[in-house]
Amino acid sequence: MKYAYYPGCSLSETAKEFDVSTRKALARLGVELAEIPDWTCCGASAAEAVSELLSLALPGRNLALAGRELPGLDVLAPCSACYLNLLRVEKKTERDPDARRRIDEALSVQNLALPGTMRVRHLLDALVNDVGLPAIAEKVVSPLEGLKAAPYYGCQILRPYAEFDDPERPRTMALVLEALGAEPLDWRLSATCCGASLMASKKEAALPLVGNILRAARDAGADVVATVCPLCQMNLEAYQSEADPKGPVPLTVAYLPQLMGLAFGMDPEEVMFGKNMAVAPGFLAGAPALA
Amino acid sequence: MATSVKNPAPQDEASRNLKAIREMVAACMQCGTCTASCPNYPSMDLAPRRLWRLAVMGLTEDIFASRTFLLCSNCYACTLRCPRGLPLTEAMAALKRMAAARETKWGGRKTQFYRTFLDNVRRWGRVQETDMMMRYFLDMKDPLLPLRYTPLGFRLLRKGKIGPPHSAQSGRLAGLFEKVKEMEARP
Ligand code: SF4
Ligand code: SF4
Repeated sequence: MKYAYYPGCSLSETAKEFDVSTRKALARLGVELAEIPDWTCCGASAAEAVSELLSLALPGRNLALAGRELPGLDVLAPCSACYLNLLRVEKKTERDPDARRRIDEALSVQNLALPGTMRVRHLLDALVNDVGLPAIAEKVVSPLEGLKAAPYYGCQILRPYAEFDDPERPRTMALVLEALGAEPLDWRLSATCCGASLMASKKEAALPLVGNILRAARDAGADVVATVCPLCQMNLEAYQSEADPKGPVPLTVAYLPQLMGLAFGMDPEEVMFGKNMAVAPGFLAGAPALA
Repeated sequence: MATSVKNPAPQDEASRNLKAIREMVAACMQCGTCTASCPNYPSMDLAPRRLWRLAVMGLTEDIFASRTFLLCSNCYACTLRCPRGLPLTEAMAALKRMAAARETKWGGRKTQFYRTFLDNVRRWGRVQETDMMMRYFLDMKDPLLPLRYTPLGFRLLRKGKIGPPHSAQSGRLAGLFEKVKEMEARP
């Protein structure tokens, strides 16, 4: 199993631990990742707020590179915003030949063109539908027994394109957590918005959203909130004292592949737990299987 | 405005865009599902349902006097649930683009974050978050704004999550940005 890998900007800087843990967890599962050479920013959520064509051409450039350098491979993008931007190009060009023509014209300045067919995949999609839950369970050497995990999907991986799960009540991450031996929680806010980039541009609007999510996870009894997006992760881990001042100890927030790494017997440092900004005291030592 | 992305936005583009937005939401039946689904409704000065009403009526200035569309965090909840299946998040993005074009031309900072972000992408090829936030603070010309992010900045630094900009892809996208600008300036 091999994918063209698009880490994206966040995973190369502020979310290095998401990149490293994704690579390590997937390697353990026998999945090969070939990084798209010379990839550039997908435009995040800013491009479409300035230029529609740019919001397609920026991700388009990366799909064109993948098609030329790594032909035939599905493109895997762990970050939610990157995933949606890349997938949007796949979806729009399927239905709209004019969109493809305009993107190709823009890319022509770099002697690039979109490949004939593109397939963009999310980490959860790859884990559940390509690797498979039994193969994941098979690699577990220290099951996360007794760990109450609140899967947090966020927004853009299933909306507007519900490619691999239910957009209102997703369950793929819960299935993976279960395969790791953890106890996935069914909680209210697993797919509601964390404010995304509003945290940078309109902080006062985003803080209450984060506060609600943290409280709901706590009320459900979560030991950890599991994420699959660098923006969700940052909003939930870095603003806890501002968003939820009455919240007791930090509520641990970790990337799903970091938890996979622990279940696969990796040392917390191997999956860069030192980078996490909210880890409850004793989380790494205390959780039964993690000692 | 020194660091903003120069958006060509010729005069007629605004009316063309508002027409496109009107068409996107023309079938709105004012049921209010979008408002009820919106996580950011509490911070908005105008409910999404009312915003779409204004769009259908073509009340451009009332729309741009509101900051509702700038509070859209692209969660797609309204798009998912609108019983008429209208592309509401895309319409919000189209309004942001119109506002950005107006501000590039006449000044204003409501869309500064997006413009600063994209300018960072144009220069570095890959986003350099520290540089981006620094420039955003400068562009906003609000001396108190950086203070709201200072504690976080120190924590990120301590975690080795941020640092000086470095990207081998620096300048890689300049040609693409130029080309898109040229294409969008076409009548
Ligand atoms: S949910 Fe759709 S139909 Fe209902 S008010 Fe909103 S835009 Fe109109
Ligand atoms: S996509 Fe925007 S307008 Fe729609 S519900 Fe989400 S935040 Fe509100």
